[in-house]
Amino acid sequence: MSVSPDALAEIAEEVVDGAPQDDGARPEIGNRRLRKEDQRLITGRTRWTDNIILPGMLHLAMVRSPHAHAKIVSIDTDAAKAATNVLGVFTAADFPEGMGACANAWPITPEQVTPDHLPMIGDRVACAGEIVAAVVARSAAAARDAAELVDVEYDELPAVFDALEAMKDEVLAHPDKGTNKSAFWQLDSASAGTGGDVEEAIAKAREDGIVIEREYRQQRLIPAFMEPRSTVVDPTGEQITVWSATQVPHILRFLIAATTGIQESKVRVIAPDVGGGFGGKLQTTPEEFITLAVARRLGKPVKYTETRSESLVSAHHGRDQYQKLTLSATTDGTVTGLKVDLLANLGAYVAVVGGGVPVLGAWMFNAIYKFPAYQFNCQTVLTNTTWVDAYRGAGRPEATFGIERMMDELAAEVGVDPLEIREKNWIKHEEFPFTSVAGMTYDSGNYEAATARAKELFGYDELRAEQARRRESKDPVQLGIGVSTFTEMCGLAPSRVLGSLSYGAGGWENAAIRMLPTGKVEVITGTSPHGQGHETAWSQIVADRLGVPFEDVEVLHGDTQVAYKGLDTYGSRSLVVGGEAVVRAADKVIEKAKAFAAHLLEANPDDLEFAGGRYTVKGTDQGVGITDVALATFASHNYPEGMEPGIDAEATFDPDNFSFPHGTHLCAMEVDTETGETRMRKYVCVDDIGNVINPLIVEGQVHGGLVQGIAQALWEEAIFDDNGTLVTGSFVDYTLPTAADTISFVTENTTSPSTSNTLGTKGVGEAGTIASTPAVVNAIVDALRPLGIHDIRMPCTPERVWRAIQSAGSHDGETAAEAQRHFHQDAPSNADPGATGEGSAQ
Amino acid sequence: MTRITVTVDGSTFTDDVEPRTLLVHYLRETLGKTGTVIGCDTSNCGACTVHLDGRSVKSCNVLAVQADGHEVTTIEGLAQDGELHPMQRAFHECHALQCGYCTPGMIMQAIDILQDNPDPSEDEIRAGLEGNLCRCTGYHNIVKAVAAAAKAGE
Repeated sequence: MSVSPDALAEIAEEVVDGAPQDDGARPEIGNRRLRKEDQRLITGRTRWTDNIILPGMLHLAMVRSPHAHAKIVSIDTDAAKAATNVLGVFTAADFPEGMGACANAWPITPEQVTPDHLPMIGDRVACAGEIVAAVVARSAAAARDAAELVDVEYDELPAVFDALEAMKDEVLAHPDKGTNKSAFWQLDSASAGTGGDVEEAIAKAREDGIVIEREYRQQRLIPAFMEPRSTVVDPTGEQITVWSATQVPHILRFLIAATTGIQESKVRVIAPDVGGGFGGKLQTTPEEFITLAVARRLGKPVKYTETRSESLVSAHHGRDQYQKLTLSATTDGTVTGLKVDLLANLGAYVAVVGGGVPVLGAWMFNAIYKFPAYQFNCQTVLTNTTWVDAYRGAGRPEATFGIERMMDELAAEVGVDPLEIREKNWIKHEEFPFTSVAGMTYDSGNYEAATARAKELFGYDELRAEQARRRESKDPVQLGIGVSTFTEMCGLAPSRVLGSLSYGAGGWENAAIRMLPTGKVEVITGTSPHGQGHETAWSQIVADRLGVPFEDVEVLHGDTQVAYKGLDTYGSRSLVVGGEAVVRAADKVIEKAKAFAAHLLEANPDDLEFAGGRYTVKGTDQGVGITDVALATFASHNYPEGMEPGIDAEATFDPDNFSFPHGTHLCAMEVDTETGETRMRKYVCVDDIGNVINPLIVEGQVHGGLVQGIAQALWEEAIFDDNGTLVTGSFVDYTLPTAADTISFVTENTTSPSTSNTLGTKGVGEAGTIASTPAVVNAIVDALRPLGIHDIRMPCTPERVWRAIQSAGSHDGETAAEAQRHFHQDAPSNADPGATGEGSAQ
Repeated sequence: MTRITVTVDGSTFTDDVEPRTLLVHYLRETLGKTGTVIGCDTSNCGACTVHLDGRSVKSCNVLAVQADGHEVTTIEGLAQDGELHPMQRAFHECHALQCGYCTPGMIMQAIDILQDNPDPSEDEIRAGLEGNLCRCTGYHNIVKAVAAAAKAGE
């Protein structure tokens, strides 16, 4: 492992000594504050949705289709209804008025084929795991037992699972739609006026330059948050209260109202403690709508908590793309064009932003580079598989993987170091702001600085020297070095931009600040954390801004009755957009309170200055604290004429631009050429995420992100068998990494503040996941490149690595070809460099 | 129904339970010990880890009737007189948790590791945590926290 016992002892010493933890020093921003959230989480005093028990509460169990595509012939519920402690068994037929609908909020084209997605299915199931009946009983166990008694007769239909198969339109996922093709979306730099003609660039390179064509597979993943999804609905009282393990309480409330007809003001949604999401909990789900419908029907509180096996098959999946990339360059390695053809498997339905996720790649395949010509084509297709939507990174990891793999291929073709080829093509720090060939304006960045620091921390030259020695000595364990210089677009999002893309909502965020008479401060945020530490970070921001103690700030979130306006948490948006809303609300409080302070001090407001929580009359020691002003407005005995007695404030922030975190990730992998086993030797990342509010939280976000990205490279894949059954349907088969699979990382930051918000922050939630996947695969391929191998399909299991080595050794190329699926049947084989017209083996 | 008597977090309880009841369901549903959570249905994730007579067990893998006459400690029984257990403190100080869902099980397992081996290497810590899944932290800071608690216990 990469941390020596001595280093570990040092780390431990540091922690025991208390440094570098809280020192209470100002400014709070930048301080390694320990998290406020922790106390309840480390003592078990947590309110997970599944912990909630209400008087008279009933429990729900779902009956799910085992078939991927089938007509429902009949559903016999008699035995279940007759079971002890069962209060009802419901099918779609029991709700002729409907139960609401799972909405698609982002139709990427006006013509997009979007099948209706009802919570409970009465006629035809389109993927395994769809709900056909629900059983209500006094206990969860009784409900589960009775669910086994529901007898459903199905008539199986032909089904299609793979995107390439779906493209043929031979078997239809939804026969009534007449096609599996959902939408086609294009960005072309020549027609958009942001760059040249990519076909011309490629044609020219075929004559006198380099053309590299590759096909990559983004396998299907499962977000696999640790807390299974759970919903409790209490229909008693004037308002219906919905507790849900969701990332998006505000969106859920809106969509309940929009699709069920229940008045929005009669619905209160609460996301209590939520155990992780990674995009997997940004959906409005069949389970939520069914629990709501059943609770309303019975007039009793109802709880539904999924099992892990249910979760893996029915909560949305991520990724699942085929990528075909064509890159043209001059012989010195200057890229002249990039063409991207994506084929994205949406699963059985177009999820809330499912169609839009692959499209996000449109702005990211060009990454940190100055490509003069660019074209992005994206075809989405429907299949009889679990629906696909955002998973940590959402469209950006897929794009980053594609381009960062391609840059390594180009380096190999030109015969230079992968970092050198990147530097030749990337935007120089003095060129910011820079408008990319995809039309995005990158406001800030410094790729040189992050890369230089990463190389230093990594010991890049030493490891390259070791690699050369191992190659020279034909060591059975080869060393590979993987590079990934990524960027992403965060801070979702400028509302006008979303509008221009037909997205169904805005991208603003809301915050409010309440100054309590006792001197305490309540911060209300529309973001909805589920592990990110907003309670701590937002407290730091407000403590600095208002000059109040960190401990005196309370952050309230995730309850639509308290945080009445918001757009929730996803896409590394919370700090960049929601944090800025907090700043603006605080500034309004300071401005409002100033008039009261002036009145109390009998001074002119223009003569006051505010610092350290105190208004003082310039040039005197006369002053009053902002919390004293709060108390004075509570009493309201003495306040300025014509003003209302209150200094609370609210702000809504809509950003003008995205933010663009970037970083350089370096990974060393040892590859045993005899067994195919890989072992991570070292991982270093230097991320530029702008200004940092809490370095401790940032490090944690990066560590966790890295492991999710590494897991895609090495271990995880959701696999359906020929019947559409999810083979990886439990944690036995869907192999999340454990502590024993992973190593300790070296993480650091460089700082180029963002200009999209006054905090100068860029977002960090997805960086590790986006950057690490290509870094790992590049490292494995780098180790094996002398054998003529230039790709291994993810996850790069020992078996796949071993097979690639065997086939490379036997020169038949056959097994390595199997490592990749091809976009088109006649596509050139990636296992045979000769066939692509560019001998890439060094 | 079978009558069982179990000591949980220092208090003794007697209940009639269905023989098939898992210990984790008894803890959560009968006793309201909701600090212990359920993360899977195949005994892979370790979120439900508690101590049975002082040793860590996955409480989804133990029947309530098997705990009859035994002593169970959950995450809720770790802190004494308002003082956090050193492992709880180490998790807090090392930022070894994010969403916190795996945390109760992680802490209970981490304590068990140090009982066997008060001065573990990084590899030994990682091997000891192999049965507990975390999706947020990448394990980096959890490993650090266990090392810190070991150091503090010296």
